[in-house]
Amino acid sequence: MSTPANFPGEPDSSPEIAREFGLVSEEWERVLSTLSRLPSYAELGVISVMWSEHCSYKSSRVHLARLPTTGPQVVQGPGENAGAVDIGDGFCAVFKMESHNHPSYIEPYQGAATGVGGILRDVFTMGARPVASLNSLRFGRPDHPRTPQLLKGVVAGIGGYGNCIGVPTVGGEVQFDTSYDGNILVNAFTVGIAKTEDLFFGVAEGIGNPIIYVGAKTGRDGIHGATMASAEFGEETDSKLPTVQVGDPFMEKLLLEACLEIFATDCLSGVQDMGAAGLTSSSVEMADRAGNGIELDLDAIPRRTKALSPYEMLLSESQERMLMVAKAGREQEVFDICAKWDLDASIVGRVTDTGRFVCNATPGYDPFDGTGEPNPVVVVDLPVDLLTNAAPKYDRPQQGRAKGATLFTMAGDAPEDLGAELVRLIGSPNIGSRAWIWRQYDHIVRNGTVIRPGDGDAAVIRAFCEDASGTREKFLAVSVDCNGRHVELDPYAGAAMAVAECTRNIVCVGAKPLGLTDCLNFGNPKVPEQMWRFSQAIDGLAAACSALGAPVVSGNVSLYNETDGKAILPTPTVAVVGQLEDPDHRLGLGFLSEGDVIAHLGRPSRGVLGGSEWLVQHSGSDTGAPVGIDLDAEAELQHAMLDLARKKLLRSAHDISDGGFAVALAESCIAHGHGARVSLPSSEDAPAHALLFSEEPTRILVSLSASKVGEVGDVCARYGVPFEKIGTVSGQTVAIEGVCEVPVEELAESHASALDAIVS
Amino acid sequence: MRVAVLQFPGSNADWDALHAVRDVLGADAWYAFHKQTSLGDADAVVIPGGFSYGDYLRAGAIAGFSPIDNAVREFAGRGGPVLGICNGFQILTEMGLLPGALTRNAHLRFECRDIYLRVENEGPFTDMGTGKVLRLPIAHADGRYHTTEEGLAELERHGQIAFRYCTHGGGEPKGSDANPNGSVGDIAGLYNREKNVLGMMPHPERASEAILGNDAGLALFTSLRRHLGFA
Repeated sequence: MSTPANFPGEPDSSPEIAREFGLVSEEWERVLSTLSRLPSYAELGVISVMWSEHCSYKSSRVHLARLPTTGPQVVQGPGENAGAVDIGDGFCAVFKMESHNHPSYIEPYQGAATGVGGILRDVFTMGARPVASLNSLRFGRPDHPRTPQLLKGVVAGIGGYGNCIGVPTVGGEVQFDTSYDGNILVNAFTVGIAKTEDLFFGVAEGIGNPIIYVGAKTGRDGIHGATMASAEFGEETDSKLPTVQVGDPFMEKLLLEACLEIFATDCLSGVQDMGAAGLTSSSVEMADRAGNGIELDLDAIPRRTKALSPYEMLLSESQERMLMVAKAGREQEVFDICAKWDLDASIVGRVTDTGRFVCNATPGYDPFDGTGEPNPVVVVDLPVDLLTNAAPKYDRPQQGRAKGATLFTMAGDAPEDLGAELVRLIGSPNIGSRAWIWRQYDHIVRNGTVIRPGDGDAAVIRAFCEDASGTREKFLAVSVDCNGRHVELDPYAGAAMAVAECTRNIVCVGAKPLGLTDCLNFGNPKVPEQMWRFSQAIDGLAAACSALGAPVVSGNVSLYNETDGKAILPTPTVAVVGQLEDPDHRLGLGFLSEGDVIAHLGRPSRGVLGGSEWLVQHSGSDTGAPVGIDLDAEAELQHAMLDLARKKLLRSAHDISDGGFAVALAESCIAHGHGARVSLPSSEDAPAHALLFSEEPTRILVSLSASKVGEVGDVCARYGVPFEKIGTVSGQTVAIEGVCEVPVEELAESHASALDAIVS
Repeated sequence: MRVAVLQFPGSNADWDALHAVRDVLGADAWYAFHKQTSLGDADAVVIPGGFSYGDYLRAGAIAGFSPIDNAVREFAGRGGPVLGICNGFQILTEMGLLPGALTRNAHLRFECRDIYLRVENEGPFTDMGTGKVLRLPIAHADGRYHTTEEGLAELERHGQIAFRYCTHGGGEPKGSDANPNGSVGDIAGLYNREKNVLGMMPHPERASEAILGNDAGLALFTSLRRHLGFA
């Protein structure tokens, strides 16, 4: 075996360079002892990026194994480019969520845009046509000097990419909290549709099969992006611009169409997009899944800049690139389709049986300007296993933290004018209308958006599923949720609440949850308290996913979300995909008709204000006792809700979450300009403001025709779910007996202008 | 009725148009790829929304020079009905088949929401009667119609203004966001002098089915079908 060579100008590997690349000293020692030689500069780059937290999940793998990932509907669980669940008739929904937090803080437009581009590629790489996207965003406090620029840039970037490629962005969530001042979160989700038997996988199968590079040419953008995403921010963050990639959604559109056309010819044996750690991770992961090796000819890599070194080519995160493994002899079919879509395609290597990742390149030869002659030497020769399964794996120390012990319901004196409180709360940036955001997204392209943003607890989309027998319409519901404040107070219950809110949103629009994807955003895993939060959150997610019928099929971990030692709120964002049996089962969140009965389903409130927006606003910090969750009661409520929707007994349904009961009631009124006359639902003894604004889970506010009260009560009784008629849709005010009465118009104006202070 | 839906590499509402015309209206419809030089034996052409060739230079700019353009010019030249929606409207102005230009929205943001428009003049796509108010969605960043004062007067004189943005009740926007992009004269859609070519920013093809909560847009396609003498 030849010893891989450095390129001219590259220094010999050293502990200092290893440290600069993010390897700790024991990892460097491990490289030396495994290889029994010094790695080349390019090899050190490859190892460090594959061993980064972002690619190796080295701190999280031991915990992720506890998540439930199976179920009769699961077609593809974690480990592929995206997960998939069965939606009947031989079709599946393919989906995943990923973070692009660090790049978006550095350069919000491009960071967010390429986050969308990356998740779209993950989905269409599986052979699925993307049909909808969501996003989950976190920014610093509303009056932080950078918040307006970051919010505007991220939203424009998401829109700029998704609108151009033509995948509707149908929903999302956003929260402002001072813990994100120096570390925003941008989590992007996409779901696509594929024929299950035609799913594609990232496997480098078939010894001798050619590796074909398709799409954008390679440049120097995003080098070591994955490593950057695995470190915390400090004062030098401003100098990290070159690690951010630049997106080209038109190129991605070409890639999408070409890929789906190529897949249909069945001339490929595997495919993977070049995402984090670019060429390196795509080839290594494909070789690993097939148990094969890969040999790359770096002289053949299409490029858009001069004098690229092997290190740069292997670590570049230039966007809109795919690596395909063609069946030998069928390369021309790939080239023909790429030519139709005006895409570059080149053979850059082959599948081998060596189990090694080998790269050859010619020092002094530059195909960009034709300098020199090709005469390649080996520059990388590493066992694939060293980069994947044998990557470091840590069970890091954890340190638990005592929870708040007292049942905290009050912050000083109860406010006198609760109506004014409600108007103010519903107009605050964390509670009010997100229309300023979703109006910048094309949320209706592809003629499938049946419930639009803001109209229901989840978006409902119609997916056209085409096969030889014709086109079927299938109806999917998608939602994304997490409230880091509740996770902070109790990581186990808070994470379980995120899952519960998400699946509750799905049943509230009349769909059955099928599967879940997560994006686990946490702080530094080397801090025992952060690691404890992570581990607890995993257990909470696992319990809720099992109880609520939503196995985890894909996901992503983003650690080191800290700036100058200050961690974000633990934010295990989850997105759930559900399916409606019949589109007529769908329900919006708004009251529809004067005279309809308003009812409360689920747990009576205990008036616990911990983690609520109201309490944070009044106390200035995330405080109070955690509200907790009873997953058995939650499951019963969700089963009852789905049954009611399927029996078409309701007119609207809206879950009680951020802002509590009063906000949910006001939102149902504002939607279509109806008023409500209700009394507070029965509860434990607690002050009115606590009952209005507590964010305890397991509660849904519904409206129904008066003639259906008996039937709805019967259904709820069968599931053991408390059902209480609390009033009627009536008039032009939100009137809560003995508590407050506020004109709907006043609430609507406040709600609509919630983001004005930030964006105008 | 036979309808060709143009397909540029960056078209993304091509499916929306095909679905509305073929699956909802029941016409024969097919995609005409931008590298083709023939439209087939189409009775009408739809240029759909999207980002034709990425539109990094200017919306629709490069599409004004694509291989299929000559076939479209020839078809329009002999009076064939052509409907350009959103990016299709931008392409029609770049091709010179419609006067004026579409520039960045006044507020500089992409905007997707329902708006109201009023039928100003009848034509092949607008036989629903002048004064009729339609609710349709928009989804664009470059929808601000611009022309000179004389240009505007000319359009008025020849009855070329198909749609103007209006309030819910059909009133003039008077500077409000009922005109979502700052278009001169509140223009939302425009015919050529011969009235066989219509460009419009709102999306009738995305509002042609009850399940989408709105089928007001179907009226344009049924108008076309009547105009062509089918049904």
